[in-house]
Amino acid sequence: MELITEGLIQIAQTALVLALAPGLTGLVRWVKARLLRRRGTPILQVYSDFARLLRKKVVVAHNASWLFRLVPYLVFNAVWTAASLVPTFSTQLLFAPAADLIALIALLSSARFGLALGALDIGTSFGGLGASREMMIASLAEPAMLMIVFTVSLFAGTTHLPAVAEYMSQHQAFLQVSVLLAAIAMVIVSLAETARIPVDNPATHLELTMVHEAMVLEYSGRHLALIEAAGSLKLVLYLSLFCCLFVPWGIAHQAATPLDILAGLGIWVIKLAVGAVLLAVLETCLAKMRLFRLADLLGGGFLFGLLSVILMFVFGSL
Amino acid sequence: MEFSDPKVQLQIAYLLGGSMVVVNFALLYQSRMSSVINAFAIHATILGLAVAWQANVQNAPNLYITAAIALVFKALALPAALHYVVRKLNVHRTVEMVFGTGLTMMAGVALVGLAVMIMQPVTQHSGALVTIDLIFAMAVLFLGVLMMITRRNAVTQVIGFMAMENGLILAAVGVHGMPLVVEISVALAVLVAFIVFGLFLFRIRERFYSLDVRYLDPDSRIPQ
Amino acid sequence: MIAAFDATSVNPLYLTLGVPALSTLVLFLLPGYRRAARCNVLASLVTLLASLALLWSRPAPNDYLFVDDFNIYLVLITNFVCLTTSVFSVSYLTHELDIGRLRRPYARFYHAMFQGMVFAMNLALVSNSLGLMWVAVETATLATVVIVGLYRTEAAIKASWKYFILASMGISLALFGTTLLYFTAQSVIGSGNAALAWTVLRERAAELDPAVLNITFVFVLVGYGTKAGLVPMHAWLPDAHSEGPTPISAVLSGLLLNLGLYALLRFKMLMGANDQTLAPGPLMMGLGLASLLFGALMLYGRRDIKRLFAYSSIEHMGLITFAFGLGGPLANLAGILHMVLHSLTKSALFFTIGHVAQVKGTQEIAGIRGLTTSHPVLGWCLVLGVIAIAGLPPTGLFMSEFLLVSTTFAREPLLAVPLVLGLLIALGCLIQRVQAMAFGEPTGSAEPFKISVLPPLAAHLVLVIVAGLYIPAPLMAWFQHVAALLG
Repeated sequence: MELITEGLIQIAQTALVLALAPGLTGLVRWVKARLLRRRGTPILQVYSDFARLLRKKVVVAHNASWLFRLVPYLVFNAVWTAASLVPTFSTQLLFAPAADLIALIALLSSARFGLALGALDIGTSFGGLGASREMMIASLAEPAMLMIVFTVSLFAGTTHLPAVAEYMSQHQAFLQVSVLLAAIAMVIVSLAETARIPVDNPATHLELTMVHEAMVLEYSGRHLALIEAAGSLKLVLYLSLFCCLFVPWGIAHQAATPLDILAGLGIWVIKLAVGAVLLAVLETCLAKMRLFRLADLLGGGFLFGLLSVILMFVFGSL
Repeated sequence: MEFSDPKVQLQIAYLLGGSMVVVNFALLYQSRMSSVINAFAIHATILGLAVAWQANVQNAPNLYITAAIALVFKALALPAALHYVVRKLNVHRTVEMVFGTGLTMMAGVALVGLAVMIMQPVTQHSGALVTIDLIFAMAVLFLGVLMMITRRNAVTQVIGFMAMENGLILAAVGVHGMPLVVEISVALAVLVAFIVFGLFLFRIRERFYSLDVRYLDPDSRIPQ
Repeated sequence: MIAAFDATSVNPLYLTLGVPALSTLVLFLLPGYRRAARCNVLASLVTLLASLALLWSRPAPNDYLFVDDFNIYLVLITNFVCLTTSVFSVSYLTHELDIGRLRRPYARFYHAMFQGMVFAMNLALVSNSLGLMWVAVETATLATVVIVGLYRTEAAIKASWKYFILASMGISLALFGTTLLYFTAQSVIGSGNAALAWTVLRERAAELDPAVLNITFVFVLVGYGTKAGLVPMHAWLPDAHSEGPTPISAVLSGLLLNLGLYALLRFKMLMGANDQTLAPGPLMMGLGLASLLFGALMLYGRRDIKRLFAYSSIEHMGLITFAFGLGGPLANLAGILHMVLHSLTKSALFFTIGHVAQVKGTQEIAGIRGLTTSHPVLGWCLVLGVIAIAGLPPTGLFMSEFLLVSTTFAREPLLAVPLVLGLLIALGCLIQRVQAMAFGEPTGSAEPFKISVLPPLAAHLVLVIVAGLYIPAPLMAWFQHVAALLG
């Protein structure tokens, strides 16, 4: 019986993250537009964009290798898997034993690695440029992420996400300086990983500034749809991960009634919406940084992480 | 959540002290003058809350005076005065640094580590509340000194000094029943007012001593 | 006069502090430059007499104030130099007002701040509470900052700002050290004023946590070391000395530097009373030697006469710090003697060059030539002062330096090498500089010498030379007692 429940919840989550992802992206865009006093595209527009892309024919450069065609599937699958592992509204997931913070990071890194390879494959200058910038950002963001993982594991004693979520919700984590610092670091890392302002601008095609967009310039049709979907999924993933680590209230734990699970679902959707609005506000307030200033920002994230590890190491959880 | 629970008291003191260190890093990181001043206002506000919290925990009502000085004078009046000075004197709106942000921040983390290494062993027998307070106070002090020596501009140096002196008050308030605390905090407030007044009166814009040896010693200048 | 103070009705300690504090207020309000100057001299004289009375009737220590053998001689020397300085500043300020370098409202400010500084220095010396001592040192800094910037030239304001920022930074570190000391004391002595009272702390120093004392001492060394002008925290000193009015340079060099050192020594004595702490000696010797060598090397090639002697002050502070760092009765004795005699000599030198700069109209060494020909009295005073400050016989400083060098050779022969090297370099540089100024063809303007400068100057120089030839036995015994007290 338990197996069936867990299986059902897992299927529901896997489907939900995919279903909600374009909506979330649309919401961020809409709020940003409203903040700039534009009318903005409807939130559901993103869904029809995907539908349009999926209908279109794929155009592939004639010197592209098999790698180029494989990458979108690889990226999409890696991110989707990762997104369905994060405890969002319930920790009772079939694949919960695999929901480990380090595994999650590994999945996302492999997706990034694939994307960079695909960008390099055709040999256009934009692809190479985007890939090298992406790798630079990644090399700066990953140490910071590692520090966050250390803090969390020192605090909760595990990197297993359901257990972390449970521990955090029971131990007044918000009073901990280390957790606070880790949360700040996490915001910075998330901005970098999801290619948002001030690290990258998702709405630009300026060669001076674009990072992520430069890598996917050569993709079209369903390939592009998959990659865009992976991008949206990443946003859901990072918001959910942040909520799971630092605001874990409302997630249904073991032996929860169906009502709890439904409540958890509602709370998760609200958290995502709030997160999207905050992200939009943040993006509106900030300007995109020069590429060479990024080292300062991400280095700052790393230092916050390092500080939180030091404090956590010295004081424990008091 | 019970506020009289010692564990919660400890955690709140920890949170406030730690937040001061975090804001200190924000001070080091900011590159625009107005954001530095605003960050300092936050720093002073947290100090005020931390002092008030200590007054509550130690049951020492005279510390509320110190808290009030921090909240009213340092968090409101001084930042307003500094904004005015910056506007009136046409100080550079960007903060000039001696080293890059990254290097400064890294030095800052090293200093926090140093503070922990110095204070942790000597305070371990005297209760976690004091330990935490003194460690954070020393970290704030060090970061203030770091800010003073890595900034070229007089206004940012003054802010570094004031941040440093916030650390002093945090320390003085944290050890139980230190005599003259209120007097010392008043004296420091007067001192700071003096500095800001001097900034404006003497129209001091740039920093006078820097790592640049040309400024180090007027004798080495070749006379005209 | 003394008998009057002896009556138990008036505690001379309160008089020593009260007179300057009161005169600060009075001088703020008192219009008229001449009256203020006279009032300043009078207040300094009364303060000196009151502090002399302390020799006979010493009040019992309380948690805030106390007088012991160590601080009383510093109180005396402080008030003596303040008196002579107030006499010197009468003629100095008159000249500055005449040539329009100083405006009259600022002269009123000068007198008020002068007395404020006297008050703060006396308070710092006699305060038993280390917290009170900190407040007093800070007050003395503020008062001198105001006077250093008195001329309102760009250079003067820069110098006073630099002095202010560096001294405040140093003093903040000292406050942190004091807080730490209180932190360990209150677990032994209990909360309250007693836990900051030096006499109580000294008695129970053995019970204090040695690890905390170590950290305290490092903070205090850096903090009060800044006030004492030790390298590498010396950057404020040359500017503050050269840009302010010369009487203040005399007080800064002669007294305020001693004050920083005095505060440091109080903490060192606490360290010495606890035998588990780190030995403070090597740290002080290191800083002392660094200051000595740096100061001596910087003497070479100075162009500004006040700056020259400012660097000489760094050198001598290094020497004194080294002596106290070495410790033991002989080295301490040398340190104490040197502290007093350096105060007297350096202030005499600043009086001389203050007037030299006035008659020549310049502070540039290049503009001063042949003083012994054009102004014989001034010229020979300068020569005498430099002989004294360079530690040549028959002056008192020769005696203290000789004592220190011979002790060092006996105990730490390796350290004696840089010590002697520093002294020789300083000697050479000073002789080279003064030769150019004192002898040769006179150049530049030759305003007449004012005889009113002579009394304070002569008083100091005579004392310094007499001290080199003969120190009364009771006085020497007393100095030896203080040296033993310092441990």
